[in-house]
Amino acid sequence: MSSSNTDNRPLSPHISIYRPQVTSVLSILHRITGIGLGVSLLFIVWWFFAAASSAEYFNFVSSILLSPPLKFIFLISIWAIWYHTLTGLRHLIWDAGFGFEMSWVKVSAWLIVGASFFFTALTLFIQVDL
Amino acid sequence: MDFRTDRSKVSGFGSAKDGTDHWWQQRLSSLALVPLTLVFVFQLIPQFGMNQSEIVELYRNPMRAILTILFLGVTFTHLQQGLQVVIEDYIHGKKNKIVLVVLNIFFCWGIGLIGIFSVIKIVFSF
Repeated sequence: MSSSNTDNRPLSPHISIYRPQVTSVLSILHRITGIGLGVSLLFIVWWFFAAASSAEYFNFVSSILLSPPLKFIFLISIWAIWYHTLTGLRHLIWDAGFGFEMSWVKVSAWLIVGASFFFTALTLFIQVDL
Repeated sequence: MDFRTDRSKVSGFGSAKDGTDHWWQQRLSSLALVPLTLVFVFQLIPQFGMNQSEIVELYRNPMRAILTILFLGVTFTHLQQGLQVVIEDYIHGKKNKIVLVVLNIFFCWGIGLIGIFSVIKIVFSF
């Protein structure tokens, strides 16, 4: 590439000195929960792989997945899946062309934070069998 | 010494005609995942703690197996698309970026297929 002037251009926003706002924090949390849920998904695939293998291997994997540190990870994952789904829905509403008013953006942001914890608690109490 | 400008090198080729494809696919997979995720997660949680024969019995139900395969397929597609955007945004340098985008695609397809194959194996086990 023969383009010049790519090294000393000012960059914006300067993330380390940028004042956190409910909009920017929710945005980055959407990405972080997305990446985190990818990790949880690995454990779920491992669980299916074990179920398709043998009873002994399944018991071994099950004992690891049901250990306290991993149970804690799954608890966080339940919150993360709700959070990511709710913020994802908000993104779909934006993509449809609605809800760009700053007042609605802030209200819906806090609604999502509240709803994500509410639905996490609900998930732990209500369990559905197909 | 190259006397042609970057602009003149690409002039006349036109666009690849798939500029919004990745964006659209991401929206499509997220829309599909709203109901799939809700049903899948709710039914999955009580299954942790069951033993292998109980799980095999549950997933031999065609309805549950199809739902699970659909969930895994769409989820890993969505994960691949999402991680690719994160890589494109935060990884600098053309070489690093391309290597990670390719590894991401291999990884998501590989793990996703292990999950789907496992469910199929359970369904057809006797």
